[in-house]
Amino acid sequence: MAMQETTYRDALKLALSEAMTADDSVIVMGEEVGRYGGAYGVTKNLISEFGPERVIDTPISEAAIVGAAVGAAMTGLRPVAELMYVDFIGMTMDQLANQAAKIRYMFGGQIGVPMVLRTQGGTGRSAGAQHSQSLEGYVMHTPGLRLAMPATVEDAYHLLRQALQQPDPVVFIEHKGLYTMKGVLDPDVEPAEWGRAKVLREGKDLVIVTYSRQVHHALAAAEEMASKHGIEAAVVDLRTLNPLDFDTIRPLVEQAGRAMVVSEGVMTGGVAAELAARITEECFDFLEDPVVRVAGEDIPISVSPLLEQNSVPTPDLIVETARKMFA
Amino acid sequence: MKNSTLPKLYEDMRRVRTFEERVGELFVRGQSAGSMLHLSIGEESAAVGVCAAMQDGDTFTTHHRGHGIFLARGADPNRMMAEIAGKDCGYCHGKGGSMHIADMGLGHLGANAIVGGGIPAVVGAGLSARHQKSGAVSVAFFGDGATGQGILYESMNMAALWKLPVMFVCINNQYGMGTRIDQATANPNLHERAEAFGLAARTVDGLDVEDVAEAATELMDGARAGTPAFLAVDCYRFYGHARKDKSPYRAEAEEDEGRKKDPVLRAREKLIEAGLMTEADLDALDATVAKEMDGSIDFAVAGEEPQMASMFRDVYDPSQPEPEPVRVRLDRVLAQG
Repeated sequence: MAMQETTYRDALKLALSEAMTADDSVIVMGEEVGRYGGAYGVTKNLISEFGPERVIDTPISEAAIVGAAVGAAMTGLRPVAELMYVDFIGMTMDQLANQAAKIRYMFGGQIGVPMVLRTQGGTGRSAGAQHSQSLEGYVMHTPGLRLAMPATVEDAYHLLRQALQQPDPVVFIEHKGLYTMKGVLDPDVEPAEWGRAKVLREGKDLVIVTYSRQVHHALAAAEEMASKHGIEAAVVDLRTLNPLDFDTIRPLVEQAGRAMVVSEGVMTGGVAAELAARITEECFDFLEDPVVRVAGEDIPISVSPLLEQNSVPTPDLIVETARKMFA
Repeated sequence: MKNSTLPKLYEDMRRVRTFEERVGELFVRGQSAGSMLHLSIGEESAAVGVCAAMQDGDTFTTHHRGHGIFLARGADPNRMMAEIAGKDCGYCHGKGGSMHIADMGLGHLGANAIVGGGIPAVVGAGLSARHQKSGAVSVAFFGDGATGQGILYESMNMAALWKLPVMFVCINNQYGMGTRIDQATANPNLHERAEAFGLAARTVDGLDVEDVAEAATELMDGARAGTPAFLAVDCYRFYGHARKDKSPYRAEAEEDEGRKKDPVLRAREKLIEAGLMTEADLDALDATVAKEMDGSIDFAVAGEEPQMASMFRDVYDPSQPEPEPVRVRLDRVLAQG
C-alpha cells in the first residue's frame, strides 16, 4: 500500500484488517465491534470482510470478554479484545491483572498470553466522569502487561501491527480525541522499533516527556515557548509505557538539566509520578530544577466542557509551567 | 460386567484420595510451601467421573481445590507434589504452587486462586477449538462458591449464545470456605441457573462415580457437538477449607453424616458386590497407590529450591529483557557522581 493521508481511526482499522488477512488466527471480539462497527468506528466493515466468526459481537460482559481472550490466546488464537472505554477496565481487572498478566510467570514459563486489549481513554467529548479517564497507571502498575499509547497516525498503525506480534499481553490505549486526526501513513516505510521512544522535537533547554494526546499539546506548547519566550524544549513521545525506553530520555535530560513530565492521568500515584521519580533518580546530578509533573488534577472529570478541559494539562498550562521553571 | 470401567475409576479415585492425604502429610512435616492447601477428599467422584468423559486434546481450568482433577487427567504426582512444595522440579518450577498448577501438555490451562477466575478461559478455548476445528471440549471446574461470581454467568451466557464446545462443572461440596451453600444462596438447585441460560444442565449425586461418569459423558458428548453443558456434582468436603481450618463453623454430627457420602468407599463396596475385585485385590491396589504417593513426597522433599536468578524469568517472553532487580538499579543510581 502506498503513502496515503488517513486518520488515526482508519490507520487502526488498516492495521487490524491487514493483520487479519495475514494471519487467520487473529480475531476481533468485543461490544459492538461487528454490525455496529465499533463505538468509535475503528472496526467498521471488518465483519463484512472477515465474517462473524472472526469479528465477534459480544454481550456487555467486559470481564468475560477479556477472560475469553485469555483462553483463546492460550489455545492458539491471537485475539484482539476491545474494551469500549478504558473506564470499564475495573470490570476486567481480575482477568487482566490476575490472569493475563501472571499466567506466564505462575505457570513457570509454560505459556504466554499473546492477546491485545484495545481500548480508548482520555477527555475531549464531555463524556463525564465514567467515560473520560486516563487509567494507564493501572496497567503500568501491573508487571506482565505491555502498554502502548499511540499519539500519531503512523503509530496508530505501526504500534498496533507490532502489538499483534508481541508474545505477551498488550493493553493498547487509544485516545478518543485523536480518532479524526489526519496524518500521512506509509505502511511500507520501516517503522520505529517497538518499545522505543521518539524525539519529535529537539530542544536544548528542557525535555518534555509525554505520550498519547498530550504529545500534541506538548508540541504546540513547545512552539509557543520557542517563538514567544525563547525556551527550546525537546518533546519525547514515549509510544509505549511498557517497555519504557529510558535510554532515549536520559541523555536528553543530562544535556538540558530540566525535565517536565506531561500526562493526562491524575497526578497522584500515576504514570507521571513514576516517570518523574525515575528521571530524578537516574539524572539527579544533572538536574537544575525539580522534575515537574504536569498531570491531570486529582479529581473526577466533569461533563462541563470548561471544567473538563481544565481538568487535564492544556498547552497553556505546559507553557506557563515552563516559564516558571525559567523565571 | 467384564468390561466395567469401575476398577479404573476406583483406582483413579484412590490415587486422588491418597495423594491428598500425602499433601496433608507434607504440610504436617513442614515441607509444603505454605498452608494454603485445599484438599479434595470427599470430591473424588467429581474429578474422576468427569475426567473419564474427557478425551485427548480437551482442555480445562480448575480452581484452588483442583489437585484431584489434574491427577485424574493424568498428572505426574511427583511433579505435582514438588510444585506444592515450591520446588524447581515441580510443574511450574515452584512459582505456582498448589493453586496455580498447570500443564499445557495435558491441556491444563491452569488452576486458579481467584474464585471463578479460570471460568471464562474455557469460552476462549471453545472459540479456538471451533476456529481450528479440533473437536476439543474445554471444561471449567469450580466449586459451589464460584456460583456467587458474576463471571460464571457472563461465561455461561457466551457459551450458550455461541454454542461452544464448553462444559461447566460445579463441584458442590456444600461449602465456600466456612459458608454453607444454603447460607449463600436462596436457590441451591444450581443447575437451574444454567438451564436459564440455555445450557444442557444436570445435578448428579457424587456418591456413585459411575453415575457421575455417565452424566458427564452424556453432557460432554453434547458439548462436543455444540450444546454447551453444566453439571453440578453433589458431594461433601470432608475436611476444613485449607490445612489450618478445623471447621469450627459446622457440627461434628453434620461432618459424620457428610463423610458417609464417600465415593471411594462406595466404589469399593460395589466392586466387591459385583465380584469384579476381591477385598484382597483392593488392598493390594491401595498399597501400590500408597507406595506411589509416598514416593511423590520423597521426590518433592529431595527436590532443589528454584535458583534465585529464576525470580525475574518468565514475567515476559524469554526473547525480552528481564525486569531490572531493585539492587541492580539502586547500585546504578547511587553510583552517580
